[in-house]
Amino acid sequence: MQTKIYIVFCFCLFCTLSFAQNTVSGKITTLGGIPLSGSHIHIGKKTVSSDAAGNYVIKKLPVGNIKVFVSYVGYKSVDTLVNLSGDQVLNFTLKENADQLQEVVIRQKANTLNKSLLEQKIKTETIEKFSNQTLGDILKEVAGVSSLKTGSSVVKPVINGLFGSRVPVINNNVRLEDQEWGTEHAPNFDINAAGKITVIKGASGLQYGGDAVGGLVIIEPISVKRDTLFGKTILNLASNGRGGSVSTSLHKGNDKGWSWNALGTFKYSGDKEAPGYVLSNSGNREANFSGDVKFTGKKYDISGYYSLYNTTIGILSASHTGNVNDLYNSITNKIPSVVNDFTYTIKNPKQKVQHHLAKLNYNYYFDETASLAVQYSFQFNKRLEFDVRRGGFNDIAALDLELTTNAVNVDFKKTVHDWTLKTGFSTSFQNNFANPATGIKPLIPNFDRIEFGTYAIASYDLSDSFSVDAGLRYDFSRVDATKFYLKSRWEERGYATEFADFIVGEQGNQWLTKPSFTFHNISASAGFHKEFEADLNWYSNISLATRNPNPSEFFSDGLHHSTGIIELGDLVLDKEQAIKLSTTLQKKWNAFSVEVNPFINSIRNFMFLRPIDFETTTRGAFPVWEYQQTNARLAGVDVQTHWKISKQWQHDFTLAYVNGKDISNKESLIDIPPLNLSNKIQFLNREWHDLKLELKSEIVLRQNQFPDNNFIANIIKNNELVPVLVDISTPPPGYQLLHFYSEMRFKTFGKTNATIAFSVQNILNTTYRDYLNRQRFFADEMGRNFQIQLKFNY
Amino acid sequence: MKNSKIIAIALVSVFTFSSCTNDDPIAVNEEEVITTVTTTLTAGSQTVTLISRDLDGDGPNAPVITVSGDLIVNTTYTGTVRFLNESVSPVDDITLEIKEEGDEHQLFFQAPAAIGAFTYTDADVNGKPIGLAFTLKTGTVAATGNIVVVLRHEPAKSAAGVATGDITNAGGATDAQITYSVQVK
Repeated sequence: MQTKIYIVFCFCLFCTLSFAQNTVSGKITTLGGIPLSGSHIHIGKKTVSSDAAGNYVIKKLPVGNIKVFVSYVGYKSVDTLVNLSGDQVLNFTLKENADQLQEVVIRQKANTLNKSLLEQKIKTETIEKFSNQTLGDILKEVAGVSSLKTGSSVVKPVINGLFGSRVPVINNNVRLEDQEWGTEHAPNFDINAAGKITVIKGASGLQYGGDAVGGLVIIEPISVKRDTLFGKTILNLASNGRGGSVSTSLHKGNDKGWSWNALGTFKYSGDKEAPGYVLSNSGNREANFSGDVKFTGKKYDISGYYSLYNTTIGILSASHTGNVNDLYNSITNKIPSVVNDFTYTIKNPKQKVQHHLAKLNYNYYFDETASLAVQYSFQFNKRLEFDVRRGGFNDIAALDLELTTNAVNVDFKKTVHDWTLKTGFSTSFQNNFANPATGIKPLIPNFDRIEFGTYAIASYDLSDSFSVDAGLRYDFSRVDATKFYLKSRWEERGYATEFADFIVGEQGNQWLTKPSFTFHNISASAGFHKEFEADLNWYSNISLATRNPNPSEFFSDGLHHSTGIIELGDLVLDKEQAIKLSTTLQKKWNAFSVEVNPFINSIRNFMFLRPIDFETTTRGAFPVWEYQQTNARLAGVDVQTHWKISKQWQHDFTLAYVNGKDISNKESLIDIPPLNLSNKIQFLNREWHDLKLELKSEIVLRQNQFPDNNFIANIIKNNELVPVLVDISTPPPGYQLLHFYSEMRFKTFGKTNATIAFSVQNILNTTYRDYLNRQRFFADEMGRNFQIQLKFNY
Repeated sequence: MKNSKIIAIALVSVFTFSSCTNDDPIAVNEEEVITTVTTTLTAGSQTVTLISRDLDGDGPNAPVITVSGDLIVNTTYTGTVRFLNESVSPVDDITLEIKEEGDEHQLFFQAPAAIGAFTYTDADVNGKPIGLAFTLKTGTVAATGNIVVVLRHEPAKSAAGVATGDITNAGGATDAQITYSVQVK
């Protein structure tokens, strides 16, 4: 009996194996019998090109119905279904394509190669809903992404507990160089210019860089492949802030020849309001433009792109503190120290930021399986920060930085049979200029940075349901800075012996120094994707990311007015290295799907700010925080489910939890997002003008894992100095918010349509503060907001 | 062929754009920094000066505080406060700016009752005190304690008690906060 079973088992195994060994071969010719070499044959998941004689072979194909796609530039493609039961010969004769316009020449996927890490995508439809908001706001739609805010207009994405330099943002294949190191610096990007946003919660996007310790945000613009011309205008009116936005775009698509896109956005808002008071000086303005022109030839395309992001953001008046006394008063009083009547005027403190991005792209398609992309990009970021100063200085920026980046990227992609290969290199030259006319020592000094990186990524389909991928990247980086250090600071930092070589001059009580650093980094990624029966998918990925200290970690040297602390960088810092293991299980039933993504991120030399001491100045005593390194571990899980209850009703749920530990010091990490859950129920009726009604509940629990950075300060009470505890550590209580969204679509003339949407954020006008808002010491979050959106497609 | 052309153009433009090298920078002239706060108390022929001097501004060195002598009990002193920036050359007298923008500034004097009581003797354009000039009436018995001088920028000058020197409701941002330890004999 035993042996019988064994024989049956072996037989089955043999059968399965033999079925998996099906080979399809054949010849591609023209009607006249001329062989078409380099034509593209796509069967199932495998891709090959025909050889010089027009022949092709594809091995290891599964049994059953399989999709076959054959194409050649200038010929009509064949798209068919074949029932495979053994080795087979399939010859194809391609007809010449007379109708040029219907021809699909280019099939290029702009996204990354990694199949082992499930990418999270945000579609145009959702992006349009957030037209009046920021990139950071929309990214919160993805489980595991939260935001680090300064007030309501400066929003930075946080992926699995990490942000800033650890989460690079790639806009249209260009890495945004917008001084992302500052916590008060939001990504310089107009959300209306995004067609699709992808979040990679790991470092596996190696073609974009090896330093994505937290993850990557990849933004792709709207691109139209069909020959059409259409326009879109989105108009928003918001009650909170008494402002709105208008965004208009025109898209001329073409599969061949010229195509172009143009987009303009204008936003205007006055002071936002918390449930109990006006958040004085929280208005903002934005005026953005982006556009591109592209010429698509038979085997190549060439395009030019330019975008300007231009914003003025008011910083809450109450968040400007002079010393610890002011900070203590704000924390204890729990009401802002400055509340004025509503106004549209933006006073100091404020930020004025301009970001220019220009680039040229050239793509060459050798055949359907191989392509080369060359890109040159230029970025100019100008950041002006105005502070509350005495008299004449109010009109002079307190911080005036110009960051210029030139970069060249060359990428080559080739698909051979079960293999996909991508390799390339990038190089960039960056210059930062800190204008000394501010009259204040700049937080970030002048520097030049040269970088060079090269990578190779490969993915291989072992079978129809199992694929693996791996990648390796090397980066070289050299930073040459020029900075004045107070001699007293140089001594205090202990640089006198170790970095004496950096000193090149002397001016009064300051040393002129030229610190220079060189780094050689390796980053890597590997993983697999296994597809089981019954729509069960398993993705697993391990990645190694290496990040160099950013200018703020190296060079910070001064007082931060919104936190009342002196922040000090450290020249001794070394690169940080993260190993992240991430796995996702995805299961789909007919009406229900669930995705569970646990991860663990182990970071060596994790850079963070830690309180060390006090320093007394004319303004009083300030706590001193310095950048230190430790070994950290972040672990957590992201869960999302989608339930199609009926034809009209559906439910979405997301949960994100992350725990951050400083292993060396046995403490919790600061600024780790607390457990959050969101539930959304949607009603959709296609017959009633696509009526959509949504109710969303957002629950954010209190963060109970936090380091104790409280300190004792002497403040004036009843005419005398008394020691008090300044509680800067305790996170605010948890909160629940309810949001409503509704929309209807109407046909106007011909193919044009209009959508009208009405939404309410924070329906119950809940008073709350968020742990990840830098202004949580000073004021509540925004209260209820009614919003009307009109969208025209024409 | 086309590829190489594009690369060539790209590289040329890289070098063109990035060729603007910067020369050695100039040290920032920190004109706003208050390095020195001098409080002068005069009664008859006696002058007591209280000085706080912090030449490295926000740097790590603490201010050096010197008090020239002791105060005499039960005496009314005429007081003035001067704010200097001694980190620049020539030395900048910030007192003048504070006076000019008197409606946006106010000084507060805090001391235990045993040391004495302060009264403003100057006023801004709105008739509210600035505090650059004041009187100090010392206590009647010998005592030691601290005099804290605070300069607030954009305080709520009309808030309750502020005009008489109570800092509780003043708000605004602190530009200077000096603690002098004194003795009344």
